[in-house]
Amino acid sequence: MVTRSPAVNRPRSIGRSVPKKDAAAKVTGAALYVDDLSPEGLLHGATVRSEIPAGRITRIEFDSAFDWSQVTIVDHRDIPGNNCIALIEYDQPALVENEIRHADEPILLLAHPDREKLQQALRAVKVHCEPLEAVLTMERSIACARLVHATDNVQKRFLIQRGDLEAGFARAHKIVEREYRVGHQEHLYIENNGVIARMEADGSLVVEGSLQCPYYVHKALMHLMGLPAEKVRVVQTVTGGGFGGKEEYPSMISAHAALLARKSGRPVKLIYDRMEDIAATTKRHPAIVRHRSGVTEEGELVAQDIDVIMDGGAYVTLSPVVLSRGILHAGGPYRCPNVRITGRAVATNTPPNGAFRGFGAPQTLFAAELHMDHLAESLGMDPLEIRRRNLYRLGDVTPTGQVLRESVSASECLEKAVKVSGYVKRRKALDAANRKALARPAGKGPRKVRGIGLSLVHHGAGFTGSGEVKLASIASLDLSPEGRPRALAASTEIGQGTVTIFSQMIGDALQVSHDLVEVAQPDTLRVPNSGPTVASRTCMVVGGLLSQAAADMRARLLEFDPRGWSDDRSFRKLALRHLKERGALRIDRQYQPPSGIEWNDDTYTGDAYGVFAWACNVIEVEVDLDTGDARPVEVVTANDVGKAIHPRLAEGQIEGGVSQALGWAILEELRWKDGRVWNQQLTNYIIPTSMDCPPMKVIVVENPYSGGPFGAKGVGELPMDGPAPAVVAAVRHATGQWMDEIPISPERLLEKLARLEEALT
Amino acid sequence: MKIRCRVNGVSREVETPPMVRLLDMLRETLRLTGTKEGCGEGECGACTVLLNGQPVNSCLVPACHAEGASIVTVEGLSKRGKLSPLQEAFLHGGAQCGICTPGMLMAAQALLQENGAPKEAVIREALAGNLCRCTGYVKIVEAVREAAKVTRAAAAAKKPARKKKAAGKEKAGGKQKPAMKKAARKKPATSRGKRARRA
Repeated sequence: MVTRSPAVNRPRSIGRSVPKKDAAAKVTGAALYVDDLSPEGLLHGATVRSEIPAGRITRIEFDSAFDWSQVTIVDHRDIPGNNCIALIEYDQPALVENEIRHADEPILLLAHPDREKLQQALRAVKVHCEPLEAVLTMERSIACARLVHATDNVQKRFLIQRGDLEAGFARAHKIVEREYRVGHQEHLYIENNGVIARMEADGSLVVEGSLQCPYYVHKALMHLMGLPAEKVRVVQTVTGGGFGGKEEYPSMISAHAALLARKSGRPVKLIYDRMEDIAATTKRHPAIVRHRSGVTEEGELVAQDIDVIMDGGAYVTLSPVVLSRGILHAGGPYRCPNVRITGRAVATNTPPNGAFRGFGAPQTLFAAELHMDHLAESLGMDPLEIRRRNLYRLGDVTPTGQVLRESVSASECLEKAVKVSGYVKRRKALDAANRKALARPAGKGPRKVRGIGLSLVHHGAGFTGSGEVKLASIASLDLSPEGRPRALAASTEIGQGTVTIFSQMIGDALQVSHDLVEVAQPDTLRVPNSGPTVASRTCMVVGGLLSQAAADMRARLLEFDPRGWSDDRSFRKLALRHLKERGALRIDRQYQPPSGIEWNDDTYTGDAYGVFAWACNVIEVEVDLDTGDARPVEVVTANDVGKAIHPRLAEGQIEGGVSQALGWAILEELRWKDGRVWNQQLTNYIIPTSMDCPPMKVIVVENPYSGGPFGAKGVGELPMDGPAPAVVAAVRHATGQWMDEIPISPERLLEKLARLEEALT
Repeated sequence: MKIRCRVNGVSREVETPPMVRLLDMLRETLRLTGTKEGCGEGECGACTVLLNGQPVNSCLVPACHAEGASIVTVEGLSKRGKLSPLQEAFLHGGAQCGICTPGMLMAAQALLQENGAPKEAVIREALAGNLCRCTGYVKIVEAVREAAKVTRAAAAAKKPARKKKAAGKEKAGGKQKPAMKKAARKKPATSRGKRARRA
């Protein structure tokens, strides 16, 4: 198409790493996070929580020696609407009425002008309970040790079937069956959950805070407070990290702050400290994944029978969709004609698990990748070779029957990562070096061995199946009073670069600089519902809508004055003239599914995603045989993101995702005691530091997607999927030990190594 | 208790209970909210400020320790609205969500004042007490190296040509220099302030 561009020579912004727009305020300390705000008359809020995982409240005792006169106290009877946090199902109460279903469940809310006094008040409340038998593990839940959800403790069940499983197994030369386990993971955003709520004179409610999805909170507050949409306003403040941890939980904390604000008539700030945040908010779902697969002598995958169990926790929250993405990725990026995948999310008396970067896929891909290695081993084949023989190529069909029509880069990512890392040579070299190291007896200096492992993953871009159609997101572009193009969307900047890439995409489409573009603060009073900031969809889906809106705006402005504009100044002049002569200019664009995408929610067949992103990770790990310490020493990661709108930000997403995955693989373990998180501090829940994270070679592969703006297909979650199985493969290469459960803590690894030494002696 | 100290080069008298955390004195009494709280137990480093040139976790320091001291917070890094080379370098991916950035900048500033050309391993060690969950530290380490490079280049460019100005500039930052030296070379952020907290 020939554009009527008045400035064809101007360098475009897409694909260039311009300065991150929100960073200037962040490096000076000027950026205001929720805890930096202190409105007049502020009260501080706190939450009284259950200390047991299951039971019934018999009595709540307020210490009569304490002065309660200045304390606002809220319980479930103060809820004007429905006592539930509206999400997929409406089963989770904002405040316990009688039955406690998990430890650290909110029961009462307190507010006081003074934080010290508030802490004293918290200690002066005693909740008396009659305990019930707690179901704390997935195994006990499945065994129905006690019914905590419906008639079988299953919150959601899925089945995917394709081909003839028995015929597939009949063709197999080897059949391998194994079980894999992954544990909880805490998001550990450095800014804890927090909000401020206030009631306006007209009875409307305003909540501002650290959150990813303003309209999720908006919906939850309408139900809770019994208010119409226009009387609830949710504003995102600068947010110190999310990773999914501020997807659904902010609805809960906002509900609490709102109730306190309503009862006290004053603004209430509710900010968790680290211990409360770790104990009470959502985590990554632990999972048990069982694989039984068959391969032919040539290494061709002919049958996959996979069972996925995820621990949903005490309430349904987002578990059905997490499970859905989990099972849709459970087979790994490999073609297999005969597949059965079953999935269950089961209820336990533990705090609900929720959204976390990758959303179920890292759990199932971990198992799929490890299982691929086991299959290779059963055949005496190199892990690289078995992947080359089975990986998805253009035209292949997934277990849901989706034909992969475009942007399939499994092979390209694999080969690039293998080449850059020198995987094949390195593997041989390490074998020789390890033999030497192992020959050294214990007690005679450090015994360190190294291994190198790889993994290949795919990640469905955007919402699953008909999710985007149901959301029907709207994003808008208007002209600010200063004559600048202004993006209006509920998509939040949580560090990943939303504001910058939106500006780049709009700027390029309008042929002005990205600096001229404004991105409005997400505020439900002012921005349309462009959907939640999740599922790696912000760039691909919302960025796409904004790009289209910008193209429309350009056409409208050129229609107004065909002479157009040649730079930012002349654009503003023209825009201001338009505002004066024709009034406001606002373009709304609503999501339209790309043609040819079919999905059936009932049979779980069809196009689960418009497209997949791809990644290969090659990781070298050093293991200290005496301490059991496994340290990643080098990472090579090739990621196909379609198009990197901003290469440095894309790299930042990849590097951050990889390090979070390395933490999950090696360091991060939640310990539980009687249903409560035991290590709820940063001293004992360990995340990677600058000395734990290895240097990374990031390869950005750009295989464009026709349905994404400029070809982009999302990057946020993909880097979380692959590193853990690559680390396990490397540890296996180094030590000969399979760690089918993560994290590979020194305790776990030493136990395996000790058993090995025992067997050897 | 009345505490007299210099904050970002300005003399201040602060009325505060002596055992209030320095973090709260800065954020609440002085309304310098650039310094952040991430854990309240000296693990995350988000609250790092310079106390007499040394990086400290301000959540572990009682306000009374600030008596007579010179404190620099993130708000004190830019001069007359101009970003410092370190701040400038963080605009390109070193800051994502930004909540660790103020502390990270202060820890890096302390390092660069001591070592104008730190190697990667040295940077990583100096920042090991500052947790970042967004970046995997790659772009942060790059930013610190870049800032060191820019600062060195600027110093090299200034020295022969304009002696007077260069001397003036050094004086401005020079106040902290003796203190810097005093700060043990290994002010390892890792052991900077671990404190067991009752579970």
